[in-house]
Amino acid sequence: MTAGLWQHWVLPGIWITVQLTLYSAALAAVVAFGVGMARTHRSRAVRFFAAAYTEIFRGTSALVLMFWLFFVLPPLAGWQLVPMWAAVLALGLSYGAYGAEIVRGALNAVAPAQREAGIALSLTPWQRMRLVLLPQAVPEMIPPFCNLLVELLKGTALVSLLGVGDVSFAAYLVRLATQDSAGIYTVTLVIYFVLAFGLTRGMKALERRTKANLGVSVK
Amino acid sequence: MNWDWSAVWDFMPRFGDGVLTTLKVLALGSLISFSLGLVWALAFRAPTRFVRWPVNLITEFIRTTPLLVQLFFLFFVLPEWGVKFSALTTGILAIGLHYSTYTAQVYRAGIDAVPKGQWEAATALSLPAHRTWLAVILPQAVRRIAPALGNYVISMLKDTPLLAGISVLEMLQQSRLAGASTFQYTEPLTVVGVAFILIAYPASLFVRALERRLVR
Repeated sequence: MTAGLWQHWVLPGIWITVQLTLYSAALAAVVAFGVGMARTHRSRAVRFFAAAYTEIFRGTSALVLMFWLFFVLPPLAGWQLVPMWAAVLALGLSYGAYGAEIVRGALNAVAPAQREAGIALSLTPWQRMRLVLLPQAVPEMIPPFCNLLVELLKGTALVSLLGVGDVSFAAYLVRLATQDSAGIYTVTLVIYFVLAFGLTRGMKALERRTKANLGVSVK
Repeated sequence: MNWDWSAVWDFMPRFGDGVLTTLKVLALGSLISFSLGLVWALAFRAPTRFVRWPVNLITEFIRTTPLLVQLFFLFFVLPEWGVKFSALTTGILAIGLHYSTYTAQVYRAGIDAVPKGQWEAATALSLPAHRTWLAVILPQAVRRIAPALGNYVISMLKDTPLLAGISVLEMLQQSRLAGASTFQYTEPLTVVGVAFILIAYPASLFVRALERRLVR
């Protein structure tokens, strides 16, 4: 592969992939915490809608959702999403639904006595969530979130089918230019592997720090 | 733009073909991932690290890289190596291979969860290795792992649309073709999206019921 292809397509492609991962992870985190906390809400209606959200967005395929947002939403809503944002929206909404299950699981895993102690101190539900439950639940969420983040990174490859110039799309262009499929696709797979490795290392460090705040050490 | 029911009816024959292809991919992909996953899981326990180490690296690599890129890799590279498969076969192989690295972890956990005394009992009865595995360890492991395998079948279902990328005529590709010929993408794409929910939701309820029955 010549230096020109590398500089013009592959490097910018890696940058787009990184950006996509960060933006969709941010959106997914908002959705995950919002929906996950709603699933432990007192009101039945709130719990029902949160559960419906998770079932619908976990039930359909992220790629179908992405195509739907890109092709169906514009004529229905009267405005068009830039492919990049259709992709971020689709990835954030569907991986957020998976994240919501992690948040719910971790909140339920906090010892019931902690919740009762919060009630005994007459904290409001929101104070209880913010000061008692979340600080204990968040460190538990980090390992499953790490797996989900790697899944999300892999999911960003789907955007190449909408023509967004991420690293998978760059691979496609380079293949057309050089006819060397084995070379460019091997390089692309290695790039994803290295990115995923960086993510898991970062999350491991984060887990160690948050658990240290609770006085638990991670091997 | 309004919803057009006639476009939905026009899409139905194509949709039927797409569902059949999707289910075919799912069935054969599951078969490959279940059997290859077991091979990986047994290799994880190989007596020499010259087997364990490369197998760990290979499965880790396949698991952390995108299925879509692997799909393109197989689709474009295999013919260069003189191996010619149809798009459908390539897709089934890619999905089976990708998910085998997940099922391998499931088998590993299931095998590790069999109590140590069962291994010792098999040794005490001086059962040969294949009898130990087939008659003692695997029957106990399978019970625990069936729900987890079920969840991966559902994940596989949701990944079948990727095969549209190499123009396999599964549900998504059928809806794209229908959209391209009539300029109406709304109805076919929505039908396909709803179809996924209608298949995946009852399937996940079934897996949860299985989990309650088998795992205690």
